[in-house]
Amino acid sequence: MKVSQTQFRTALLDPDHPIPDGLSDGAEGDARFNVYRNNVTVSLTEAMHSAFPVITKLLGTQNMDGLAGIFLRQHPPSSPLMMHYGGAFPEFLAGMEQLAHLGYLPDIARLELAIRRSYHASDSEPINPEDLAGLAPEALMASVIGLAPSVEVLRSDWPIYDIWRFNSIADAPKPQPIAQDVVITRAEFDPEPMLLPPGGAVWIRALLDGHTIAQSYEAALGHYAEFDLGATLAILLQGGAVISLTEKDIA
Amino acid sequence: MLDATHHFDHLPAAPGVGYKPQHFSDITSDSGSVEWLEIHAENYMGDGGRPLAQLRHLAERFAISVHGVGLSIGGEGQLDPDHLARLKHLVDWLNPASFSEHLAWSTHDSAFLNDLLPLPYTDETLTRVADHVDQLQNAIGRTMLLENPSSYLSFDESTLSEPEFLDEVARRTGCGLLLDVNNVFVSATNLGFSPQEYIDAYPIDRVGEIHLGGHDEDHDDHGAPLLIDSHGREIVDPVWALLDYTLAKSGPKPALIEWDNDVPEWSVLETEAARAELALSRVLA
Repeated sequence: MKVSQTQFRTALLDPDHPIPDGLSDGAEGDARFNVYRNNVTVSLTEAMHSAFPVITKLLGTQNMDGLAGIFLRQHPPSSPLMMHYGGAFPEFLAGMEQLAHLGYLPDIARLELAIRRSYHASDSEPINPEDLAGLAPEALMASVIGLAPSVEVLRSDWPIYDIWRFNSIADAPKPQPIAQDVVITRAEFDPEPMLLPPGGAVWIRALLDGHTIAQSYEAALGHYAEFDLGATLAILLQGGAVISLTEKDIA
Repeated sequence: MLDATHHFDHLPAAPGVGYKPQHFSDITSDSGSVEWLEIHAENYMGDGGRPLAQLRHLAERFAISVHGVGLSIGGEGQLDPDHLARLKHLVDWLNPASFSEHLAWSTHDSAFLNDLLPLPYTDETLTRVADHVDQLQNAIGRTMLLENPSSYLSFDESTLSEPEFLDEVARRTGCGLLLDVNNVFVSATNLGFSPQEYIDAYPIDRVGEIHLGGHDEDHDDHGAPLLIDSHGREIVDPVWALLDYTLAKSGPKPALIEWDNDVPEWSVLETEAARAELALSRVLA
């Protein structure tokens, strides 16, 4: 009796599915086949734990195990790069009715995915902040800033920065019910989420789209009239996130 | 490509360990008996950051073995061209002393199951595995080592023994073999054959590397012993004995300690490596 890999996989992911005929294990019962079932479930569940430590902490290990068990069957990895597993988890969480009262979970999952992307992003060399200081204000405003591949920006209606810190860092303050935007920078090897002032995420996204500092500033002001460009730029410079500065001709 | 000044073109017939990032500073300050390192290819396929920086640093001092765990060489479908390209990219950049993969499958219909799943040993699967090994070797431009799996069950349709199957794949493709003696011991216990007879039948001349690791002991529904290849503890005495039995036939080989779960302090891992060094020295004498 031939056992196809389709049959094997179906029984592997569904514990209620009968084990395919044609396998011998020197014993009756499911114990031998269950080793493979268990290996798949446990290894993918562990991958979810390490990808989403804050979600795991918020939900508790047991609840996370249960969710991961459902998730890994609906969304098995699409590549052997486990460093990217879980991309569909935010949407999955958003679709879980029983978690609707924890509306911030999907954005926290997005933050954890972004931290991991930043960790594995290409290396880059930051510019010397003095290069900016040497430019005349008009020339600076007309310049385009290149950002490191490790930079990630997230906008949220929830206090994602506070929730992330409260569950990652000892003695961090309790989250307050406010909307928070976050930028992740990676000065060397460790991604660091930083809270952005209002309008900061709009400004950085405009920069990422290739707009000049001035054009991006206009966009940020449109979002928040008192946008603090200096404070936002300082966050990027401190995080080693600015890797190029190109002056555009002032027409 | 990395600086070629310190290039290692083969693994030494000495102990190596599976590299874990938490051991980076221990290894770079005093590696003890450990002379080479093995990495899982898939953990070094990001674009940058700490994993690649550490690997670049280690590759200057140690021969590196790249061990793939995700290509699904035994898969019924085609090999994933994207993954072949990633393996080629890593091997071109690192120029490692060795590359190895598994006689197993893990991907089916584009779902990666993150486990090394078994395949029947038939003429049909032999042709498929040999084709895939050829394809991989062409892609990375070098020969590979193919590793025997840990088995928990066997297929009624199999017509070849595992040593026969591996020998024939190696004969057809020119690949070498990675002999995991813990896997032999685990499979022998679970499937009820003699591990020594397996080694006797195994094409020992094709072995380029040996793996050693710890397993968990369990029981099946009937109380029969069921060993699970967990890589989460010390290597048991019968596996050390099987290493001695193997080395007596093969002569000294690069011997790797695998410890992937509940990873211990460096000193515990180094002690295992020292025991492998002792076993290797007995064959040299």
